[in-house]
Amino acid sequence: MTESNEILTYFLELFSSGLTRGSIYALLALGYTLVYGVIGLINFAHGEVYMVGAFIGLIVAGIMSIMDFNILAILFVTLTFAMIYAAAYGFTIEKVAYKPLRKAPRLAPLISAIGMSIFLREYVILAQTPDFVSFPALIPKPEFLLAIKDYLEPTELLIIVSSLTVMILLLVLIKRTKVGKAMRSISQDREMAMLLGINVNQTISMTFMLGSLLAAFGAILIAAHIGQINYNIGFIVGIKSFTAAVLGGIGSIRGAALGGLVLGLTESFATGYISSDYEDVFAFSVLVLILIFKPAGLLGKATAEKV
Amino acid sequence: MISEIRKSIIAAIWFSVLSFPLVALKVDYLEKSIHLRWDNLAIIAVGTFFISYVWRYFLQRVEKSRQEEVSGGIEKVSSAKTETSAQKILTRLVSLSHSKPLIAILLVMIIAFPFASSTYQTSIIISTMMYIVLGLGLNIVVGMAGLLDLGYGAFYLIGAYTYALLNFNYGIGFWMSLPIAGMLAATFGVVLGIPVLRLRGDYLAIVTLGFHEIVRLVVENWDEVLHGPSGIPNIPKPGLFGFEMGFNGSTTYLYYITAVIMVIAILVIRRLNISRVGRAWMALREDEVACQAMGIDTTKTKLTAFALGAFWAGIVGVLFAAKSSFVNPASFTFFESAMILSIVVLGGVGSIRGVILATLILILLPEYMRFLKEYRILLFGAIMVIMMVFRPQGLISDAHHEYELTPRPAGDGIRPGMSPEFNSTTGSSSNNQ
Amino acid sequence: MKIVLQADKIGKNFGGLRALDNIDLKIHEGEIVALIGPNGAGKTTLFNCITGMHEPTDGKVNVFPPGQSKTCVNGFKPNKITELGLARTFQNIRLFNKMTVLENVMVGCHCRNSNTFLEAIVRGPRFKREEKQTLENSQYLLETFGLIDFAHHLAENLPYANQRRLEIARALATDPFLLLLDEPAAGMNPNETNALDQLILKIRNEKKISILLIEHDMKLVMRISDRIFVMNQGKNIADGSPQEIRNNETVIHAYLGTE
Repeated sequence: MTESNEILTYFLELFSSGLTRGSIYALLALGYTLVYGVIGLINFAHGEVYMVGAFIGLIVAGIMSIMDFNILAILFVTLTFAMIYAAAYGFTIEKVAYKPLRKAPRLAPLISAIGMSIFLREYVILAQTPDFVSFPALIPKPEFLLAIKDYLEPTELLIIVSSLTVMILLLVLIKRTKVGKAMRSISQDREMAMLLGINVNQTISMTFMLGSLLAAFGAILIAAHIGQINYNIGFIVGIKSFTAAVLGGIGSIRGAALGGLVLGLTESFATGYISSDYEDVFAFSVLVLILIFKPAGLLGKATAEKV
Repeated sequence: MISEIRKSIIAAIWFSVLSFPLVALKVDYLEKSIHLRWDNLAIIAVGTFFISYVWRYFLQRVEKSRQEEVSGGIEKVSSAKTETSAQKILTRLVSLSHSKPLIAILLVMIIAFPFASSTYQTSIIISTMMYIVLGLGLNIVVGMAGLLDLGYGAFYLIGAYTYALLNFNYGIGFWMSLPIAGMLAATFGVVLGIPVLRLRGDYLAIVTLGFHEIVRLVVENWDEVLHGPSGIPNIPKPGLFGFEMGFNGSTTYLYYITAVIMVIAILVIRRLNISRVGRAWMALREDEVACQAMGIDTTKTKLTAFALGAFWAGIVGVLFAAKSSFVNPASFTFFESAMILSIVVLGGVGSIRGVILATLILILLPEYMRFLKEYRILLFGAIMVIMMVFRPQGLISDAHHEYELTPRPAGDGIRPGMSPEFNSTTGSSSNNQ
Repeated sequence: MKIVLQADKIGKNFGGLRALDNIDLKIHEGEIVALIGPNGAGKTTLFNCITGMHEPTDGKVNVFPPGQSKTCVNGFKPNKITELGLARTFQNIRLFNKMTVLENVMVGCHCRNSNTFLEAIVRGPRFKREEKQTLENSQYLLETFGLIDFAHHLAENLPYANQRRLEIARALATDPFLLLLDEPAAGMNPNETNALDQLILKIRNEKKISILLIEHDMKLVMRISDRIFVMNQGKNIADGSPQEIRNNETVIHAYLGTE
């Protein structure tokens, strides 16, 4: 009885942890896919916005917890601040590093993005610290969830549920609102959208801000869960989330969400059952293999070049 | 004027607010302390004011000159027509670098250097020369062939570890390891190249990044064979017929070895550029479809570029291992690859002189300017963005080789084999040099 | 007359779209054949199938290189086909922009040489010989095309008509027996088009190169073609001399629509 119980518990642990990290990957993957949809660019600096969001949250949460605010209040204020700031950073990055390069050959914005990524990492190192720093535990553990503690970690459940909620909200936004429609039309045909009177610059800025909002949301939640952050978290999570976006089919919103969850789960099970040392190698290998063999991803469409 | 100042003030305020939480505040919630650093914020505010002013000025100029090119239509305006003072400086620099007496003086300085300065200084120059070779090697892949390789550092790592492991396991020395490392790195170059043949631009870049990280992570984790994160210590410096040289002596020896390798690299790569292979690489970079249509086997061309580029990284890897006496995976992160890339980007895609100049600016200069050194990495990132926005072709971009044509008998202006109709230059061309 | 290209029952599908259907095209040695038809007729697609950019869904493309036996080039890579002796230009000029005019043409000589990168490093005898040959050939071509004064200029700085001529010069550098020109006169004024006439005829007369060209300029087509191959909606609707085509009802309807 106990052995099969243990197997089950272990499996559920991995499952829950996999969904948790998968949700975070999904949140970031959405950012990548939205930006790629509207301007055809891999926003290499997206991971750094995630990281900056975490650090902003650290400052806010730190101040508030020193001043002894209620945990829930801290959580909401931190989330708000981090998301707003991340959106501002995303907006600024686009204006500085990408907008001047809209007509440039494809590699220029990518190099610019890499430069931006390096800049932001070092900026945080210099402004704050290169060491790991503790992040306060902000996620509440409500009574009714403690009951299922043996099967699902309450924090993780909350992260999964809130992330899914946010993603659904996003889907609704894309489908129903004017902004969402503008985004979709720009990703189809930018010139046509312009001719139809859509403010392309504004929509692109909003896309970046939206992606950054999601990233910061995920950053705060996971930082509160894990308990520490450092300047490097953006790089690894960024690449993995990009892998997720490509896995699901870059440009496809559903693909990004699906890719994130799939990657999170497979990563969790692989490290849980096979080996935990090569955790990152696993994700990178998935990335390399997908791009080589099926660049369109699971849900995407392959496009051929016209001669 | 007023509106420009107003925009700069708005930018200064925006960036100050944006950076306030991270730059002006330092919070430790465990120790319950909050630091306010107003001086940092003031620097940001003032600095942004001026930078945004300058930024927007140059941005407008760049956009204006680009518009002129596009709307020029049939009459193409050569961008060299309106030479800025900065461009004049660069042109002078390039023409200076052709002068033989100057090169001779430089050579003498290079030869005499170790005897005129400390071991520490010599060590810095060795690093600089190593980066020049790395930049030249990456330039083959990125600059000449146009393949955005973000994972060049992986070959650097492979070279270093080849020497370290050969020495640790079999006692093989520096000189034997050098060619082996080069060949092995070149082989890995082909291994990376084969799967990415069909990939275009950004996907190619990401896969190379993935390759780099996989290599690094495998080295970090495979403790039994590759010694894991602690690395491999006690790597010997190159020996001179078995003489013991002590630290200063062997550094000087390494200096000369590196200098010779650098000179060889420059000569070899220059010859490669001015050859059938070099032209094939450039054609590949310019237009892969047309390149193939002109009879060039793009597969062979790409793999050759990867292999030859990786070769040099392998060689420098051995130098690195010898210099540091110690290798570990932390010395070969993606950031290292990005740094080499920024050298190529700054220098000017495809230009040997550009790479050398860029290395001097990015690697050597910070050593002598304390302020730069602290913010060096910040500068790297900023330079990559700035170069792409303002001058994507790099510092030295007009580097094209003028092949020597056979002079024809001058006189009537009609050349043999040519019909009179083609004598005239139809349309106007403002390309008088 | 000797045949240099024979395309048998070529068909090409793109997903559900039948871009080419049952195309039979023969080109003889020294012939100038014009490929005409309304936009979307499939002319460039046919070019692409012949030159290896697309693989035909049905049918065979056979070429007859001088001194070699018939070769079916279905599935061959474009560079292999160029090596066999077919060269092309592009509808939207595809020059190597940041290379000089001279270098553009020198690239064309690539497939006729074989020195390796090692020989390039040591500057061996074969390297020197082939480089000299390449330089001479390229110089001669530039002189013939009236571009020699621009030899060291970047290709992108050339005026438009010169760029089109440069593309042809570059294609000729590959030493082809069949030259495929995709709208060589596009964007040219009448003077330039006349000069182009002479150039194409010269290429055929002096070098005995066969030419297949896609063109919309009917006057040019009527002036220089030996034969006209008319396409519409992926099919061949007529194939004959300029006289015959001029009076062909089906062709007239295809262009002007039925009354």
